Amino acid sequence: MASEKTHVRTTLNGEATEYLCETNQSLLEVLRDVLLLTGTKEGCNDGNCGACTVNMDGRIVDSCLVLGVEAEGAEILTIEGVATPEGLHPIQQAFLENAALQCGICTPGFIIASKALLEKEPNPSEARIRHWLAGNLCRCTGYDKIVKAVVAAANTIGGKK
Amino acid sequence: MRPIEYVAAKTVQEAVTSLAEKGDAARPLAGGTDIIVQLRGGRRQLDRLVDMKAIPELNELTYNASSGLRIGAAVPCYRVYGNAEVAGAYPGLIDAASLVGGIQIQGRGSIGGNLCNAAPSGDTIPALIAHSAVAEITGPGGSREVPVEDFCTAPGRTVIQSGEILVAIRIPAPAAHFGACYMRFIPRNEMDIAVVGVGASVVMDGNKVTACRIALASVAPTPVYAAAAGAVLAGKEATEENINAVAEVAQSAATPISDMRGTAEYRTHLIGVLTRRALQSAIQRAKGA
Repeated sequence: MASEKTHVRTTLNGEATEYLCETNQSLLEVLRDVLLLTGTKEGCNDGNCGACTVNMDGRIVDSCLVLGVEAEGAEILTIEGVATPEGLHPIQQAFLENAALQCGICTPGFIIASKALLEKEPNPSEARIRHWLAGNLCRCTGYDKIVKAVVAAANTIGGKK
Repeated sequence: MRPIEYVAAKTVQEAVTSLAEKGDAARPLAGGTDIIVQLRGGRRQLDRLVDMKAIPELNELTYNASSGLRIGAAVPCYRVYGNAEVAGAYPGLIDAASLVGGIQIQGRGSIGGNLCNAAPSGDTIPALIAHSAVAEITGPGGSREVPVEDFCTAPGRTVIQSGEILVAIRIPAPAAHFGACYMRFIPRNEMDIAVVGVGASVVMDGNKVTACRIALASVAPTPVYAAAAGAVLAGKEATEENINAVAEVAQSAATPISDMRGTAEYRTHLIGVLTRRALQSAIQRAKGA
């Protein structure tokens, strides 16, 4: 089969980024193996666990279920684009302060997913947060601390600390 | 996942030609949330994927109160439930589109893809049947239309022939006092495959039901249109007794198997419970419509 690589142009974490990829490489593989952005994690590799969640054109997606070639022209945000030189994003800070991570494999996915929710709905209910994060699995910390962290981040961002 | 050729088609004709060239070794790609998993797991071997997302007709969602709804086959779930007009007119479809996978899957996966994947458990399919949806298909020989209840022929198999594509799903404009609902049973709150799913729709005239459609998921090799169940209620009052009678006929329309998700007996029980609940919800919605 054709094995010449495809040239893909994207905007990645705010910067114009081009890469070459095989047509059978997922966006997750491109991020980790081609662009060496290993913050995005591989969990199940079949769209169940959400560890590889990235934001693509304003929607959260499982990057294991997107082909690298499909990202042509897309705007992508990964965990590497969340903090700024000034410091952590309030969601990251809230995860630290609420001990919402242990092994940390699911954390980048949870933070990208939570960020998308809070940008859309600044004051989600606990039920809404749990529903929104249903596509992200955590196997060690447990969801209570994660949900509390998202609530805390919403309060910080809304200035209600 | 083995090497594969990727073609981003720009027109329906280009997609049809590209698929027809490769026959069964090519498949359309929309959201990819099923086919990429199948390719990676070796359950499907293809030489070519033809991406449908850049074809205008497959990416359009249009609603008109008189002509109804047309959902391009590659339109992701979130665009359907995120459209307030569509959500108001097609409540059963919205129930289904908002519980396929999680938010990540709904951001990519399309209703057209869910239909073409033809899983017996495909959540949107009973909802589409309840809403009297029709599949618009185009292939090398021209275009044709197939009611969604006739679309799936076996697990993972549909009426789509080599070189054909699903272009759109069309749903008629809802009648006055129309209501619909899709419900499924899973042992958790989200992110699971239906043990049983039931789609129901009604048209009401006061407390009388003038039309009723019932469709089932996960209880046979394909989603089931239980026409006889809906017919039980047509022209009758929406009483508990009559609703129970619909549920009993729906149970007899299914041929469930026993597997890790539930026994055949359990599934039959669930068809009864969910048919009653989905029907009651559809009736309530119709009264509010």
